Amino acid sequence: MEEFLQQLTNGLAVGGIYALIALGYTMVYGVLKLINFAHGDLFTYGAYLGLTLLTSLALTDRLGFALGMLVLVLMVMGLVAVLGAILERAAYRPLRESPRLSAVVSALGASIFLQNALMLLYGARFQVYPNILPATTLNLFGLYLPLMRVLIVLASVLMMAALYLFIQKTRIGAAIRAAAIDQGAARLMGIDVNRVILLVFLMGPALGGTAGLMVGLYYGQINFTMGWVYGMKAFTAAILGGIGNIPGAMVGGLLLGVIEALGAAYISIAWKDAIAFLVLILILIVRPTGLLGERVADKI
Amino acid sequence: MMEAPSVVSGRPAATTTPLLTLQGLTKTFGGLTAVDAVSFVVEEGSVMGLIGPNGAGKTTVFNLITGNYRPDRGRIEFAGTSLTGLRTHRIISLGIARTFQNIRLFQRLTVLENVLAGCHYRMRGGILAALLRLPSQRREENDAMGRALKELEFVGLRQQALTLAKNLAYGDQRRLEIARALATRPRLLVLDEPAGGMNEQETEALIGLIARIRERGITILLIEHDMRLVMRACEELVVLENGGKIAEGAPEQVRRDPKVIEAYLGTEDEA
Amino acid sequence: MKHGKLFAVVLAAALLATAPLFLNAYQVDVLNSIGLYGLLALGLNLILGEAGLFNMGHAAFYAVGAYTAAILNTRYQIPILWTLPLSGLVAGVFALVVARPVVHLRGDYLLIVTIGVGEIVRIALVNDLFGMTGGANGIFGISRPNLFGIVIRRPQEFFYLIWGCVALTIFLFLRLKQSRFGRALNYLREDEVAAEGSGINTAYYKLAAFGLGAAWAGMAGTLFAAKMTIISPESFNFWESVVLFMIVILGGAGNIVGVLLAAFLVIGLPELFREFASARMLVFGLVMVVMMVFRPQGLLPAGGGRFLPATLVRGRG
Repeated sequence: MEEFLQQLTNGLAVGGIYALIALGYTMVYGVLKLINFAHGDLFTYGAYLGLTLLTSLALTDRLGFALGMLVLVLMVMGLVAVLGAILERAAYRPLRESPRLSAVVSALGASIFLQNALMLLYGARFQVYPNILPATTLNLFGLYLPLMRVLIVLASVLMMAALYLFIQKTRIGAAIRAAAIDQGAARLMGIDVNRVILLVFLMGPALGGTAGLMVGLYYGQINFTMGWVYGMKAFTAAILGGIGNIPGAMVGGLLLGVIEALGAAYISIAWKDAIAFLVLILILIVRPTGLLGERVADKI
Repeated sequence: MMEAPSVVSGRPAATTTPLLTLQGLTKTFGGLTAVDAVSFVVEEGSVMGLIGPNGAGKTTVFNLITGNYRPDRGRIEFAGTSLTGLRTHRIISLGIARTFQNIRLFQRLTVLENVLAGCHYRMRGGILAALLRLPSQRREENDAMGRALKELEFVGLRQQALTLAKNLAYGDQRRLEIARALATRPRLLVLDEPAGGMNEQETEALIGLIARIRERGITILLIEHDMRLVMRACEELVVLENGGKIAEGAPEQVRRDPKVIEAYLGTEDEA
Repeated sequence: MKHGKLFAVVLAAALLATAPLFLNAYQVDVLNSIGLYGLLALGLNLILGEAGLFNMGHAAFYAVGAYTAAILNTRYQIPILWTLPLSGLVAGVFALVVARPVVHLRGDYLLIVTIGVGEIVRIALVNDLFGMTGGANGIFGISRPNLFGIVIRRPQEFFYLIWGCVALTIFLFLRLKQSRFGRALNYLREDEVAAEGSGINTAYYKLAAFGLGAAWAGMAGTLFAAKMTIISPESFNFWESVVLFMIVILGGAGNIVGVLLAAFLVIGLPELFREFASARMLVFGLVMVVMMVFRPQGLLPAGGGRFLPATLVRGRG
C-alpha cells in the first residue's frame, strides 16, 4: 500500500507536469489545428532558462525560497512565452494558409533547430540543477512524501485552476474558446483571431516552460533532448483527454502520469517509455476523440 | 464515337423500374437532424432534381447514397442491392458515380489522369503487373487511356488533356468532374450543383451535356439552385426543407405547390 | 523528358558509376551512405510522397529488416544476401499489421502514431525482445556478403552493390509510377474523398503503400547489416526517421530524381563541412522551416503527366 501510494503521488507529480505541457499542445491545436512539434522544446528551454537564472541570479538565496521561486517562475514564464511568440511569428504564421503538411514540417524543423541551438549553447551533456531545497519529506497522514513532489503537484494544480478560470470566466478566454470552435465565425463576431493565436502561443509556452523548470527541480538533471520525450507524452495526454479540450488536457496529463508510474512500478521499468506510446496508439484506434472530446463529422 | 444510346429520348411508361430507392432515410449530427425520414424513388432513365433551400439536407442525402455517411435509420437500394453498410468505392463499382458541390479534383494531376481515376476499378493490373510491365497490363493501360480520352471528348475537354486540373477554368473543372464520373461507366450519375459558379453560357452548355448523358442511357439525380436548369433538365423533382421532403412531382406541378413556393421558390421563381 | 534533362541525368549516372575510380575509400563510403539513405527514402517516398501518408516511423521498418537479416545470418548461418527477400517480407508484413488499425487516421495523427511505433520498436530492441536482438549492444558478427563467389568487403565493392540496388529500385519504381497502382497512390494523396468516390479502394492502397515502402526499408536494412556487420538499436532511432522524412519532403514528395538529389544534399553536404558537424542538425531544422515558407513543394516537385505517353494523347482525336 505504501509503495502504491508513493507511486501514485509520483505519478500525479509527473502527470501534473505532463498536463502543463499538454495544455500548450491542446490550446494551439484548438485554434490552429496544428501540432506544435516545437512545444516540447520550449519546455526544455524553460528548464535551461530556469537553471541559468537560478545559478546566476541566486534568487532563492537573496529572496528566500518562496519569493525567490515565485520570481523565478514568473521570469521563466515570461521568457518562454516570448520564445513561443517568436516561434509562431517565424515558423507558423507564414504558413497559415498552406497545406497541413507544410506546417507540420515547419514545426518539426523549428523543433530540431531549437533543440540543437540549445546543444550548441550548453553542450550535449546533462546539466545538473542545484539543490535549493533540503531533501525533506512531508508527513501526510502517515505517508512520507518528498517536499518537492508535493509542491509540484500543488503548483501544477494551482496553475491549471487559474488557466481554467481564465478561459471560462474572462472575455479573452471566451474569445479563445470561440476561435477554437470556428475561426471564421469568431472573426465575424469581431474577435481578432491573430491576437488570440498570439495569446495562445504566449500562454502555452509559459505553462510548458514552467513544467520544464519543475522537471529540473524534481529530477535534478536536464538534457537538451528531453523535450521530445516529454513533448510526445504530453501530446499523448492531450489526445487522451481529447485534443483541443482544455480540461481534457489536465485530466489526460494526470491520468497518463499515474498510468506510467504504476506501469513502471508493477509491469516493467524498462518498458516505461513504451507505455505512453502504447496508450497513444490504443486511444487513437479505440477513441480518437479522446475521453472528453466530441465527435465531429468531416465536411464533404 | 459514343456508345450507342439505349434510350434515345423520352421515357416509355412501360420501362419505369426504380433504379434507386430511398426509404425513411434519417441522419443526425449531434442534435441536428440533417435528413429526416426521406423517401423517394429514382426511375431508370430519368433526370431527377433534388432541390430546396440552403441547409435543407440535399448534399447529406447524396453523401448517404454514396456511403460517405452512414444513415441512422432507413434503407437505400440500388438496382435491387442494398447499399447500407457498403464502403463508397463498392457503391461506385455497383454503378453510381458522383460529383462534388465544392469541386474535388486531383488538383496537381493532369486532366487525363483525373479521368483515369474513373477507369480504375474496372482495371486489374496490380503491383506485379506494373513492375513486370506485362503485355496484358500495357493493353489495359492503353484501353483505359482511350476511354478516358473519349470521355474528355464527350465533355469537350480533349484539348486540355495534359493540362493540370488546377489550371482549368472553373466551369471546365466542373465538366472534368463529370468526365471522371462518367469514366466509371455508371448507371446512375449523381451531380451536386453542377452549374455552381458557372456563367449563363456555361450553364446552357451544361444543360446540353446533361441531355447527352441521358441519351447514353444514364440516369441522373442532381442538386441544383439554378432554377432555369432545373426546370429545363429535370422531369421529376423532390423538394427538401429542413431535412424533410415537402413536395415531389413534375417541375410544373412542384412550382405551383404552395408549400414549395413558401419554402423556397417564392423568392426565386420568376428570376 | 526533355533532352537537356535527360542529358543531365545520364551525365550524373555516368559520373556516379565511375566515382569509385577517382574517389578515396572514405569518400566512396559517404556515397554508400547516400545510396542507403536514397534506397530508404525511395521506399518512404511511396508512402509519404506518392500516397501522402505521413509516416515518421520509417526507421522501424528499416530496423525490422536489419534485425531479421542479422538474426537469420548469425543464428542460422544463412548468407546475408539470401535474407534480402525475407527481411523485405518481414518488414512489409510488420508494416501491414501495424498500419492496419491506424492507417485511416488523419494526417498529423498518423504522423504521431508512426513516431510512436518507431519508438516502441526501438525500445523493444533495447529490451532484447524474444532474447534475440541482443539488447542495447545489438548483434555483431554478421558475415560479409558474397556475390557470385566474390566477397564484398571494401567500400568500392559495397558501392556497386548498394548503387546497383538503387538503380534497380529507380527502374522498378518508375514503372510503378506509370501504372494504375502508382496513379491510385497519387489520387489518394491529392484527395482521398474524391479517390474513394471515383471507385478506388483507398484503404487497400494505403496499406499497399505502407507494405511496399516498408518492404523496401527492410531490404535496405539487410544491406545496412551486411555493410556494418554490427547493428544496434541506436542506428534506428527517431532522428533517422526524421532525416528520411526530410529527404522526401526536400526532394519534392513524389519525385524520384528529387528524392535522390535531396539524399545527396542531406547526407552528403554535412560531410563537406565536417568542422561544423555539430551544427548540422541546427541547419537542417532551419532549412526545413525556410523551405516550407518559401518553397513548400520541394526542390523538384512532383507533377502530373510527367510520364504519360504524350504521343498517344496527341495521336488520336
